[in-house]
Amino acid sequence: MLLGVLFLVFFLLHLTGDPVTLMVSRHASPSEIAALRQELGFDRPILVQFWDYLTNALQGDFGHSFRYRQPAMNLVMERIPATIELASVALFMAILMGVTIGILGGSNPNSILDSLARGIGLLGQTIPTFWLGLILIIIFSVNLGWFPTYGRSTFELFGLNIPDKSIVLPAFALSLFTTGQLARFTRSAVLEVMNEEYVTTARSKGLRKIRIYSRYILKNSAIPMISIIGVQFSYLLSGSIYIETIFSWPGLGNLLAEAVSTRDFFLVQATAFFTSFVVIGLQLVTDLIYMLVDPRIRYR
Amino acid sequence: MIKMKNHQKENINPESTGLLVDLEEDRSIRARLYYIWRLLWRDKAGLIGLIVFLIIIIAAISAPLLAPHDPLQQNLIASRQPPFWAEGGSFEHLLGTDNLGRDILSRIIYGARVSIMVGFLGVSIAFSLGMVIGLIAGYKGGRIENVIMTLSNMVLSLPYLVFVVFVAAILGRSLLNVILIFGFTNIPIFVRVTRGEVLRLREEGYIEAAMSIGQKTPAIIFKHIMPNLLGPLITLATFEMSAMIFYEAGLGFLGLSVPPTIPSWGNMLAEGRQYLTYFPWMSIYPGLAIVLTGFGINLFGDWLRDVLDPRMRRMKK
Repeated sequence: MLLGVLFLVFFLLHLTGDPVTLMVSRHASPSEIAALRQELGFDRPILVQFWDYLTNALQGDFGHSFRYRQPAMNLVMERIPATIELASVALFMAILMGVTIGILGGSNPNSILDSLARGIGLLGQTIPTFWLGLILIIIFSVNLGWFPTYGRSTFELFGLNIPDKSIVLPAFALSLFTTGQLARFTRSAVLEVMNEEYVTTARSKGLRKIRIYSRYILKNSAIPMISIIGVQFSYLLSGSIYIETIFSWPGLGNLLAEAVSTRDFFLVQATAFFTSFVVIGLQLVTDLIYMLVDPRIRYR
Repeated sequence: MIKMKNHQKENINPESTGLLVDLEEDRSIRARLYYIWRLLWRDKAGLIGLIVFLIIIIAAISAPLLAPHDPLQQNLIASRQPPFWAEGGSFEHLLGTDNLGRDILSRIIYGARVSIMVGFLGVSIAFSLGMVIGLIAGYKGGRIENVIMTLSNMVLSLPYLVFVVFVAAILGRSLLNVILIFGFTNIPIFVRVTRGEVLRLREEGYIEAAMSIGQKTPAIIFKHIMPNLLGPLITLATFEMSAMIFYEAGLGFLGLSVPPTIPSWGNMLAEGRQYLTYFPWMSIYPGLAIVLTGFGINLFGDWLRDVLDPRMRRMKK
């Protein structure tokens, strides 16, 4: 699988001839281009290049960033914590809001709450993250002045750097899509479980509502949610390209956008590869958790 | 000889399938249109979606007629005007002007062209190629199927946005590139859906019947499998189209879509972002256009899915 991704990245890289023409300025002379091509080894046979690239990549070497004059992977590693932080807060917000809205909607079908839940589901799908970020800045930073317009500021607590309110807007903007998805899925999962016989039994035994919800409904609707949350986390990671650009959040997405605009080729490649790596890893982990939670599912 | 062949053909088709006979009944275009209209009228959300979608398509097609100004014409004296209802706005520029004095409303109307074009052409590429490849995978099976499915699962497991940004960064900014990127990166989704449907259809009784009376493979594919594929694929196509319009705007926002000289919603947002604090209308209205489009297509797509796939309809109730 990983080899496949490596191959795909390599293949795309060479699809358009070679990356050297993209890297040099438009005023470079042909001899300069040839020199750079030789320096970077793009003049060698393609299979040799692939082998080199493969062995280097497996050792964690993805080339050097031109702009920072550093190994590209180091830069990626530096930026990871900020992105993980942003994505986790966003995921937490989305679960909190989405699951609540979904339960409220699903347990009172066809009520006002239900239409609200479905409305938020649709909004999450139709409002682009990058636009939402801009609107939030206009409302909450420019007009109300509640939050900073950009950047990440932290305070120290028990020796850890914890972001302050500067994370609220970016995380919220990032979370809306996931909130909508979770609201929709929770709603339908709750609707489905509500009609199961064991819920009717629990009800007829006269169990309290809270107990029915926590023991029977939520527990059983949680199983499909796990895989959705796994998928959503990868959405959050990619969505961070927009949000981190808008809010100048010093994470991976910002690094990628910056590397793209400065044509820092190896950096783009390293960032894209790393993100794919994480996302594929997450899919595996989700499958495993899924298996642990629901004993009915066993993979061969 | 030739005559006999014709005769045979005529003999086999209508009677063996028993379908054409039903179709000959009142299925004039008018009756069909009326039926569709009744289905739309019953589900108001779908109707609203279709209307919004049509408005945007019309805006895209007849942009030169509808736009009050030339979208590219700069007018520095009239630059940075707010929309007409705000202080300092005028009816000359209904939604105001940008930092170079270009009319925002006209730019939004012209921007619809890029979005609709990328959406339509991108989906057409993905739809046609995806369907053919999916048919091959599902119908042929064996090693070809394995190779095709491994490849498409690989692409599908990548984070889509990162993948597209990466490819767009390599290829450079042009309308054709954007269309090709979205067209080709969307093939695997269509392959997967097509193959799934083909596998399901192959188990159906009427396909087996067609096979057992010795119909040729192309005939089975074109007459029996393809018509049944269209429903799910068209539904998928509408959702993919709205996704492509979103991603195109997103790429534009990152400066990776069409060149900055072409007015597109994403490019407008990217420019507006620099003036966000002082001239927020520059980024509010192009974004609203994207939201409206997504809203329309999604509502319409939901309706299409319910109508084309009765199984989904039952699940919803």
